[in-house]
Amino acid sequence: MTMLALNNVSKSFGALTVTDNVSFDVPKGQALGIIGPNGAGKSTLFNLITGNIRSDHGSIHFEDRNVTKVSAMERCLTGIGRSFQIPQPFEKLTVYENLLVAATHGRNLSESDVRDDCADVLERTELIKRANTPAGQLSLLERKRLELSRAMATQPKLLLLDEIAGGLTEGECQALIRTIKEIHAQGVTIIWIEHVLHALTSVAERLLVLDFGKVIGIGEPDEIMASKEVQEIYLGIEV
Amino acid sequence: MAYSVTTQTPASRITAILGVILIVVLLALPFFAGRGTIQDMFFILTMLVLAQLWNLLAGYGGLVSIGQQAFVGMGAYALFGTVILWGFDPVPSILFAGVAALVIAVPTAFFAFRLNGAYFAIGTWVIAEVVRLLVAQWKTLGGGTGTSLPRDATRDMWFVETIENTLGVRSAAARDILAYWLALILALATIGGIYWLLRTRRGLALAAVRDNTEAAKSVGVDAGRMKWIVFLSSAFGTGLAGGLIYMQKARISPDAAFSVTDWTAYVIFIVVIGGIGTVEGPIIGVLVFFALQSLLADFGSWYLMTLGVLAIVIMLVAPRGLWGLLSERTGLHLFPIRRRLSGGKLTTSEE
Repeated sequence: MTMLALNNVSKSFGALTVTDNVSFDVPKGQALGIIGPNGAGKSTLFNLITGNIRSDHGSIHFEDRNVTKVSAMERCLTGIGRSFQIPQPFEKLTVYENLLVAATHGRNLSESDVRDDCADVLERTELIKRANTPAGQLSLLERKRLELSRAMATQPKLLLLDEIAGGLTEGECQALIRTIKEIHAQGVTIIWIEHVLHALTSVAERLLVLDFGKVIGIGEPDEIMASKEVQEIYLGIEV
Repeated sequence: MAYSVTTQTPASRITAILGVILIVVLLALPFFAGRGTIQDMFFILTMLVLAQLWNLLAGYGGLVSIGQQAFVGMGAYALFGTVILWGFDPVPSILFAGVAALVIAVPTAFFAFRLNGAYFAIGTWVIAEVVRLLVAQWKTLGGGTGTSLPRDATRDMWFVETIENTLGVRSAAARDILAYWLALILALATIGGIYWLLRTRRGLALAAVRDNTEAAKSVGVDAGRMKWIVFLSSAFGTGLAGGLIYMQKARISPDAAFSVTDWTAYVIFIVVIGGIGTVEGPIIGVLVFFALQSLLADFGSWYLMTLGVLAIVIMLVAPRGLWGLLSERTGLHLFPIRRRLSGGKLTTSEE
């Protein structure tokens, strides 16, 4: 079954085309990695999928429903969760309250219904000890964990992760990969944009390469990583 | 061990007890206080209502309106209209005041919500001016010069005779006492209502939209609906307050009822010096404002200049207001809304 399908999706800001006729499918339960140089239009692609930005052309289907014109709020309710590249916490709310907003509104339940689920997510993302800390006081790693936790609190069927491993130490990165693998093992479909390639390839079953807003390759991670285009793009970035 | 959530703090429990005592004292005030005190308290309570509602708009909803006088004026004129044109008693007419404000709030929001930040603020002000100019054309309610409530309407007002007989006061004093009690009920309902809203999941959504609108939408918060809820409920309450204020004054004119200074500038001053985004802030602010007004009332324009300078100093020194300063130093919250998670893996931690 197809979880997400993009057909000829395009988006321009003025004369600049940031998403150029993009089409791809993501089967249910798959972990798809997206790579590409800075400015390739990766985050814009996410914004188009989540509805934070509307596409100019093309269509987006989520679980066979056409969501092209559906608002970001409603797309969350149908099961699309996301993290932001630059963490966007609700600064004056505590970590627990950040999750509470997501769980009560994203799942349309009462506070008491979601209390244990939120605590459970915080335990899994190792933020539980910081539950009562205002989000504005968190470190970078904690903010990244909060991005992931808040997206998880909506219990998404499709989870979009935007450069969640960037800026972390190796140890922190490994811990985050463990958490993401656990989430994936529960059947959540994942699309993950990442520059930290070893982190991405340890989870992703399929890779998509984006350059100048176009899909220039999609397939098995080994094939993609061995291809000439990717070698060129990542020459010097590959670690 | 299972997790649990609390919002209460030891300070909030003490507040609740002291609050009940204070409410009883305030309810009983007309039995031992003079007419001057009752009038002062009426002023404080009605300004408190306006300040709490503006704080809900700006401090929690991020909607900085400088057109609240539209709802005060509309409410006041609706009350005069129902009394003069339809012969209703002034007391139930207060409800019409709220409804009338709600009715003009819908088109106001429709236009103003297309604007953001400073443009929204100016937009609301322009709309308020338009409403004032339109009302000034209404000849049956005195046009530009205004009008008074009919004598028999104020004399025969509901409850007035009972108050006269019970407390042994004259008719005019009884009317003030009635207005004071109504203002007290309105203030308690406003504070209670706002505090209740902030403790529901809608209150969480409001805080999320204020902190980061795009992220709020991405977790399923209906940001547009939250703005409507806040704007309309604030307009309704402001309309009720407007009706009540002019029922007590018994005399109205467009310039007074739609005054941007009286019903918006003073209100913003109260919220800013008290502490925006807190329930406690406007309470502190209105007391400071009343004290300053009593002290400086005889100094004319020096009074306004003092208010302005004070507001600027507070904004620079303590951007979160007097209550923000106090609560930062002491960790005190009289109306706590923070949900604190405890139990489970948090049992052994210091948090």
